[in-house]
Amino acid sequence: MDLLIQIAIILVKIIALTFIVVLPLVPLSVYFERRFSAIIQDRVGPNRVGIPLTLLGFKKDFHLFGLIQPVADGLKLFLKEDFTPDHVRKAFYWLAPALTVVPALITVCVIPFGSPISIFGHVEKLVIADIDIGPLFIFSVASLTVYGITLAGWASNSKFPFIGGVRSTAQMISYEIALGLSIIPVIMFYGDLNLSKIVQYQADNGWLLLPFWKNGSLSLPDLNTALFWIPAMIAFLIFTVSIFAETNRMPFDLPECETELVGGYHTEYSSMKFAMFFMGEYAAMVIGSALIITLFLGGWSIGFGLDAHVANWEIFGIGIGGFIHMGCFMTKLIGFILFFILVRWTVPRFRYDQLMKLGWVVFFEAALINVFLAALILAAPELTALIIGIGSVLLIAVTAAVVWVAKVSEETPKVLRA
Amino acid sequence: MAVIKLQRPKLNFGEKIYFGALIKGFFLTMSHALRTLRGKSVGAEELASSGLGVTMQFPEQRWDEHLPDYYRGAPTLVTDEQGRERCVSCQLCEFICPPKAIKITPSEIPSTDPWAKVEKRPLEFEIDMIRCIYCGMCEEVCPEQAIYLRKDYLITGLKRADMVHDKKRLYEIGGTRVGLVNKWNELK
Repeated sequence: MDLLIQIAIILVKIIALTFIVVLPLVPLSVYFERRFSAIIQDRVGPNRVGIPLTLLGFKKDFHLFGLIQPVADGLKLFLKEDFTPDHVRKAFYWLAPALTVVPALITVCVIPFGSPISIFGHVEKLVIADIDIGPLFIFSVASLTVYGITLAGWASNSKFPFIGGVRSTAQMISYEIALGLSIIPVIMFYGDLNLSKIVQYQADNGWLLLPFWKNGSLSLPDLNTALFWIPAMIAFLIFTVSIFAETNRMPFDLPECETELVGGYHTEYSSMKFAMFFMGEYAAMVIGSALIITLFLGGWSIGFGLDAHVANWEIFGIGIGGFIHMGCFMTKLIGFILFFILVRWTVPRFRYDQLMKLGWVVFFEAALINVFLAALILAAPELTALIIGIGSVLLIAVTAAVVWVAKVSEETPKVLRA
Repeated sequence: MAVIKLQRPKLNFGEKIYFGALIKGFFLTMSHALRTLRGKSVGAEELASSGLGVTMQFPEQRWDEHLPDYYRGAPTLVTDEQGRERCVSCQLCEFICPPKAIKITPSEIPSTDPWAKVEKRPLEFEIDMIRCIYCGMCEEVCPEQAIYLRKDYLITGLKRADMVHDKKRLYEIGGTRVGLVNKWNELK
């Protein structure tokens, strides 16, 4: 009986968090993408689709600011002809779209959406699987997305998808290194890989990038935490940019750049199979944002020492603090998605060699040095001044050497002869 | 032709790390977004925008009163001030029409008609609006100033047959035009 209740709770959590909370964010972010890009470009964007009351004899339609547009788009994609070209490798061609969506949705299960809620004394965490290897799990599963894209490129048996697939493979593998290295300082700081505990720590002691409260009261951070803000910020920058590259978003959307590759890896796909790639891209964006928020911006925490009070709010024996925290998390998530969109419509696409150089020469080294910098700052209270001095000198020397090597190895452009 | 060697601009450190340009870009796009929301985009006034960006939202707002005099809409036939149809079915427009949208069936005017001296008029005059490219050559070539491009631009239909304007429809849109051609009446 107990086991059955456990399974029921897990099922409810899976369905509620994945299909009611995260999945609707995908069409919502498509809507935001279209409206936001429209207003950036002095346009209006989709603002018509709603409830067609005029068909029922009313005077005016109810347009809902076009929020139903993604539903209409989805319906259109369902009703379109699902065309499989003759020349494709059928099994992999069918497998690829699923392989891009599924990993993105699996990673949802370790994201903490809110503080634990209590229903009539029964405490339940707002996370599907509260495992102790959160970020590692996300990286290992999310990196499977590359198979979907690669298989799509290869199975399409056509040159543009193939180039797109190859580009994507190289890009995602390159940036995964920077991605993994950049959060090592963060994990060293927390000393924990459990995302729920990481967020709880941030709720109590200040967000990683905003450490201005301690134990429920506003205060300036001590010297060590203040100093750690520098490697944390570097890690945040590298991590965010790498997430952009991982999700194939705009400054790094070389796998599907329309101007060069028609549609990239999904050129040969139509109808719902194309929509799966589309969904996978946006789901990856949602999960990426969620991870950044969880690690650097306090997850569900409202901040400023308010979390402990909010967590205890109750109405009729049901703790609503968890839901308020969930609302806070969703607000942050949508804010970050809007930032993703803003970047897409601001930053022009990188050239492929620039992309590779940024990944391998800049971010890889920067993340590596950042690890040692963070280690030095974290260990400083236990070390003598002499060792700290030697450490800093060594760090500066290594940094200088890396910068020098990068500069020397840079190819000088050939002088054009007339 | 002389070859001009261009020197790539030397970038300083700030420009090389690209960050300042990114921030500038964010300010640029966000300022556009905010101006769009306030209805203050550049050109919103001249383009009679709906208050969101520079876009005029079509079925509710129309461009009609802003159409320039030279706007070329649907080609139509006109009658003159005495109610006489101006077209004498010379078929010049039919010959000049680049997409061959015009089809004229000429006929004679019976001798009992008060305008018998004009001798010819179209029995049928069809313009296929699916083919029409609104070039205005028919208007230019017409010796009788019988065909004019009006400002109507909403030519819609549910089937192909709807899109073929016959003589009745053409006169309906065209209406009367008081004009210069007086060679058939007494004013001459």
